[in-house]
Amino acid sequence: MTSDTDQQRRGPRPGTDVAPLPPRPDATAPDGIHPHGGGAPPYADPGDAAARPKHHGRGLRALRRPLGIGVVTLWLSVIVLLPLAALTVAAFDEGLAGFWEAVTAPAAVAALWVTVLVSAIVALVNAVVGTLVAWVLVRDEFRGKRFVNAVIDLPFALPTIVASIVLLSLYGPNSPIGVELNATRWGLVVALLFVTLPFVVRSVQPVLIEADHEVEEAAASLGASTWTTFRRIVLPTLAPAILSGTGLAFARAIGEYGSVVLIGGNIPRETQVASQYIQQQIEIDRPLNAAAVSVALLAIAFVTLLLLRVVSGRSQRREERDA
Amino acid sequence: MRVSRGIRLSLRVVALGYLFVLLAVPIGVILWRTFEPGLSEFLASISTPAARSALNLSLLIVAITVPVNVVFGVATALALVRGRFRGRGLLQAVVDLPFAVSPIVVGVALIMLWGAGGWFGALDQAGFQVIFGIPGMVLATIFVTLPFVVREVEPVLHEIGQEQEQAASTLGANGWQTFWRITLPAIRWGLTYGVVLTVARALGEFGAVIMVSSGFPGVSQTLTLLVHSRYIDDHNTYGAYAAATLLMGIALVVLLLMTVLDRKRSDR
Repeated sequence: MTSDTDQQRRGPRPGTDVAPLPPRPDATAPDGIHPHGGGAPPYADPGDAAARPKHHGRGLRALRRPLGIGVVTLWLSVIVLLPLAALTVAAFDEGLAGFWEAVTAPAAVAALWVTVLVSAIVALVNAVVGTLVAWVLVRDEFRGKRFVNAVIDLPFALPTIVASIVLLSLYGPNSPIGVELNATRWGLVVALLFVTLPFVVRSVQPVLIEADHEVEEAAASLGASTWTTFRRIVLPTLAPAILSGTGLAFARAIGEYGSVVLIGGNIPRETQVASQYIQQQIEIDRPLNAAAVSVALLAIAFVTLLLLRVVSGRSQRREERDA
Repeated sequence: MRVSRGIRLSLRVVALGYLFVLLAVPIGVILWRTFEPGLSEFLASISTPAARSALNLSLLIVAITVPVNVVFGVATALALVRGRFRGRGLLQAVVDLPFAVSPIVVGVALIMLWGAGGWFGALDQAGFQVIFGIPGMVLATIFVTLPFVVREVEPVLHEIGQEQEQAASTLGANGWQTFWRITLPAIRWGLTYGVVLTVARALGEFGAVIMVSSGFPGVSQTLTLLVHSRYIDDHNTYGAYAAATLLMGIALVVLLLMTVLDRKRSDR
């Protein structure tokens, strides 16, 4: 029943500026219970339609006919595919050698390195702190918890340039607390932590809600310490969610521009990230360099997301086998 | 997991402390800096001619993007859920693509396609300027917001199934009637949620838009570009804070709407 569309829906959604991936219990439903609940078939499989007699399901048939699908395909092509195709062709304008030269130019390599390094740090911090925040929001009780829970989505709702200004007002020149992070790599890290905050929290939260308390209590009553219970019972349950949140945060951090543009300082080889390098190359009219590094950036993001999908597919299969 | 009181408290302190330093303090500081000189100062700063035209341009882009995304988003979702054709999986992947692409890369890609030296450069030479014009900014915004409506409507379509639509058409309703009377009411909350996300992202988009905008104050500056240029070009820090606070206010309204809608959706 898990059609490929279902897979896609659970798929990674990086770069969602405002999409507060609402806790989706369906991604984490305990085995056996269908996410959509109820005993009836959760939804009509698209395959059913074709199997039925023709006079059924006439509604919206226009979209099932080649014309409707053709229009949709054309639309997606013009808006999304053609620009990316033009970008890729431009990157290889002077052949593979030209592409390679542009990507391995010292400034380009430095920018890509800074981007990956800073994004990796941000992803790791998110993995730890995001899990911790999710745990506190699910298992702890305190006044104002609902408010804190709502605030987590703020970075998704806030325009990235506003995030930049907000952080500058605190950590920028004339910082009221005397911590000046602008034009340092720490500034980049703080800005990216700000915009990627919700990813791990929002992917771990629903799993923690669904997690089985009884196993934890059994472990505790058998004499396992808190730390052992966490390491042996809780962490393995949360691992796929932590991983997917961390991966999404990494993919988002790789391409981020608005939040780092003001606080980063754009110092080549120091704090210039790949997106700033690309923007600079367009400004000085080197489209080939800009296109080539863009393609490299896209490739990094795709590989990250592909790895995520492979890993999550594997853990899902293991779950099904164990069930 | 039984956690002693001490550990529980310290975890709470760490988590809340992190959120406090990362979110609350910076936002508090910017609000204080914006409103410290008084409300009239703030109002003056966000009602200068440049600020007004930036707000207008942002709203214009939203006004074009939303209907386009609603029409094509619903059509795409219907085709993906109800259609049976080869390459559906591919289409699914294409819909998710904008989430994986950096905003700056979106800008570069649009320049390579629509720019003077791009594939459709002839349009530019014929006098229809896409890049460095409003069409380019609209295209960039549609690119980054494309998945929202599709991805919010799709699961609802899956869930409602086709029984009611089939019943309607058995009773003699034509395709349009079925859509207006049955399908649209069923997907309305999902669609609204998608529209809210689209509006928020369209108002807040920066990277993709700055690449394809000429950035002249009063002509081709959106609110986000105004924040940037006030800070960088004009060294008008206060003006940047004020414009950012305005955007933040809009974002808060959006967040509130999302929370309310989310509750409505799960009530259904």
